[in-house]
Amino acid sequence: MRNLYRFILKYQFFFLFLFLEAVAIMLVFQHQQYQRTFYLHSANAISGRLLHMSNGVTSFLLLRQANRQLVEENTLLLNRQMENFMITDQQQFVARDSLYQARYTYQHARVINNSVTRRNNYMTLNKGSRHGIAPDMGVLLTNGVAGIVKDVTKNFSSVMSLLHSDMQLSVMLKRNGHIGSLRWEGRDYRLASVEYIPAHASLHLGDTIVTSGYSTIFPPGIFIGTLTDWEVRRGETFITATVELALDFNKLSYVYLVNNLMKEEQDGLELPLHSN
Amino acid sequence: MLNVRWGYLALFVFLVLVQVLVLNNIHLGGYMNPQLYVFLVLLLPLNIPGLLLLSVAFVLGLIIDMFSDSLAIHAGATVFMAFCRPTVIRLVTGQFVAEDPERPSFSSFGTFSMIFYVIALVLAHHAVLFFLEVFRFSEVPHTLIRILLNTGFTALFVLLAFIFSDRPAGKKAR
Repeated sequence: MRNLYRFILKYQFFFLFLFLEAVAIMLVFQHQQYQRTFYLHSANAISGRLLHMSNGVTSFLLLRQANRQLVEENTLLLNRQMENFMITDQQQFVARDSLYQARYTYQHARVINNSVTRRNNYMTLNKGSRHGIAPDMGVLLTNGVAGIVKDVTKNFSSVMSLLHSDMQLSVMLKRNGHIGSLRWEGRDYRLASVEYIPAHASLHLGDTIVTSGYSTIFPPGIFIGTLTDWEVRRGETFITATVELALDFNKLSYVYLVNNLMKEEQDGLELPLHSN
Repeated sequence: MLNVRWGYLALFVFLVLVQVLVLNNIHLGGYMNPQLYVFLVLLLPLNIPGLLLLSVAFVLGLIIDMFSDSLAIHAGATVFMAFCRPTVIRLVTGQFVAEDPERPSFSSFGTFSMIFYVIALVLAHHAVLFFLEVFRFSEVPHTLIRILLNTGFTALFVLLAFIFSDRPAGKKAR
């Protein structure tokens, strides 16, 4: 026992190194599991507040762009208002509650921390459980999907960016409805690739990619980007194509959070099937 | 001695703030991001006890992780770098240590040894950092390129920091 003690004391530098490195690697592996329980993310009180302050400065610098974007979105929404449409056929607008049930609700939040340079990127939003944010809510803008909420604290939430190796998004070619799976390869944050497009699908340069709505998180039809490149290999059943993302991840300031009110119901139906 | 300690604490806070608020927003050519905070581990006194060295490195890395949502990859990388430090110093200074220099600097190591010291340790740090981050072997070539590019970039920043810190801090020590 004494010898063991002396041995450890003699190589204390090495043992402490092993111990600390093991702790670090364990923490990294925790992330493999779905939820991160440890308070090591930028949504905790100290770092959240500091990043919030720093964002106060940077968001001021982005005001011009944010304003332009808001105006554009307002115009879009104004164009969709009921008053703008002439009612031609009364029967088309009979509203019945059983037909129209709310499915998605939206709210907005500000991005106070964001990265695009790492292989696995996260962002932090300035709203948390107090504002009704919950894990698995979608984060998006009108021109693209930004990520999925992973963790919430009282005032902040931490979002797994689309630019993350664990992120897969079900997408659709708008023109012909073929389904694929969007993944970020880790190089340029403006480009992503769509895998598993069937080989018989006809592709055109500039084809629009939208969300398919097969996931329970994002509503269908959100614009993602346009096709720029693909390669058809002989004998392969699937095509992998490159998409230019419409959303500029380097300039995010305000985002929308979408909550699927029927998510639980749909998951409850589907998950038992997957687990078998 | 007490003064020196406060100096290091101030530098610790300063480096964390600069890293989190400024440097984390720099990305040259898509994914080059200088990690200047490793400067603190490189600058610690030569006679620092090994356990203290590792602990400082771990805490520093963990705080950077907290701000950049990276779990503990910076902690792992910085601890590994601190572990390599005594070996690299022995390699650089040879058997005999020059007249008890207080901390690594251009004047105590010599220009060439200093550059080797910085690049070797930054490389150790970045190698662990990027492999822990990616954690899959399918992207090895891409990861290697990232490691090399970022090592050059960070080493440049750190060497500049050493050049600027050499004079005023030397005065304080006397």
